[in-house]
Amino acid sequence: MSSFGSKRMAASSAVTAGYVLKPPPFSLDALEPHMSRQTLEFHWGKHHRAYVDNLKKQVLGTELEGKTIDHIIHTTYNNGDLLPAFNNAAQAWNHEFFWESMKPNGGGKPAGELLALLERDFTSYEKFYDEFNAAAATQFGAGWAWLAYANDKLKVVKTPNAVNPLVLGSFPLLTIDVWEHAYYLDFQNRRPDYIKTFMNNLVSWEAVSARLEAAKAASSSSA
Amino acid sequence: MEPCLETLKTASLPDLPYTYDALEPAISEEIMQLHHQKHHQAYVTNYNKALNSLRSAMADGDHSSVVKLQSLIKFNGGGHVNHAIFWKNLAPVQEGGGKPPHDPLSSAIDAHFGSLEGLIQKMSAEGAAVQGSGWVWFGLDKELKRLVVETTANQDPLVTKGSHLVPLIGIDVWEHAYYPQYKNARAEYLKNIWSVINWKYAADIFEKHHRDLNEF
Repeated sequence: MSSFGSKRMAASSAVTAGYVLKPPPFSLDALEPHMSRQTLEFHWGKHHRAYVDNLKKQVLGTELEGKTIDHIIHTTYNNGDLLPAFNNAAQAWNHEFFWESMKPNGGGKPAGELLALLERDFTSYEKFYDEFNAAAATQFGAGWAWLAYANDKLKVVKTPNAVNPLVLGSFPLLTIDVWEHAYYLDFQNRRPDYIKTFMNNLVSWEAVSARLEAAKAASSSSA
Repeated sequence: MEPCLETLKTASLPDLPYTYDALEPAISEEIMQLHHQKHHQAYVTNYNKALNSLRSAMADGDHSSVVKLQSLIKFNGGGHVNHAIFWKNLAPVQEGGGKPPHDPLSSAIDAHFGSLEGLIQKMSAEGAAVQGSGWVWFGLDKELKRLVVETTANQDPLVTKGSHLVPLIGIDVWEHAYYPQYKNARAEYLKNIWSVINWKYAADIFEKHHRDLNEF
């Protein structure tokens, strides 16, 4: 794995390097009514937990055992020809990143430098909103939509299944999980309503700003 | 050359051959209603939109758009094709759901998988292992004259794995197929669904092909 890759990983996340099921930075009912406690109980308590537990089992006795999640993700991405542990490793990472992308009473328009950058790279917050919304709505099947940073520019990216921008060469700043398990209990088939609720009520722009600062620092320090 | 102007035959949502609650307790009424009226309907609607766009693009000679539309057609058309088969793959217990297949399929299953239970275990295992969204299939390979278990991603129909493959039974393992009732327990869904699988449908299709294939 290139040193740039590892800087990108390190900068993008306070995501734990070990195989730990970290609790979300809020209680499981704190996002009500926008994301129910029941959803968090299953999504974090069952789905995310299973990715972490299965990753541990899967790497046991292999050369991946003891390696950081970052390392496993990069190695098993294998330029798109995914190796078996990729799904569990990337999903463990993605979910921790997702919880930390949200907060109670979040959402809406950011302020300050982040707003300025969104306006610079998307023309307006509304245009960013529409693009992020469209990416999340049109990712067919399971996947994620992201706000990401690369080459001093913000962009919206959508990925299938467990893929994330780390393996595509950019710093993730924000994500929404659009696997059906993320919204089915609260919204059933109505993914557009889920996306709208996320954008208007759940996004933690503080987390996004912090990640952007780390991304800029990492970018400038790697030559 | 004149563009083809015949009426476009769009898709429509087929009726279920049973009521929404008829597959309880294996599959809940809530799921059947959402699955049919929302998910399958959306595939039909979006497939028809894509078909209309495709016709315009073809009439205009807009080849880039023709190519670009293929993924929408595959997603939504595949969704329609797959679900239309799926509803026929299921039957209430009182109408034969779960009842083992008749010959010649029954003997062919024993020859290829050891037993019906062997086939069921293989399909359940492969269905559980699908990452993300997709389907697990039991099919007939007309060319190689054998039965197969395959999985496809998203709404890819079985034929995307081989043009000579005929679907006999498909099981939807998208989360929408089981989530309200089973939540994350896909394996439990795959265990219970066998009680409402319509083996007769599979056996009838197989019999038709079996006659055409001489020796099997």
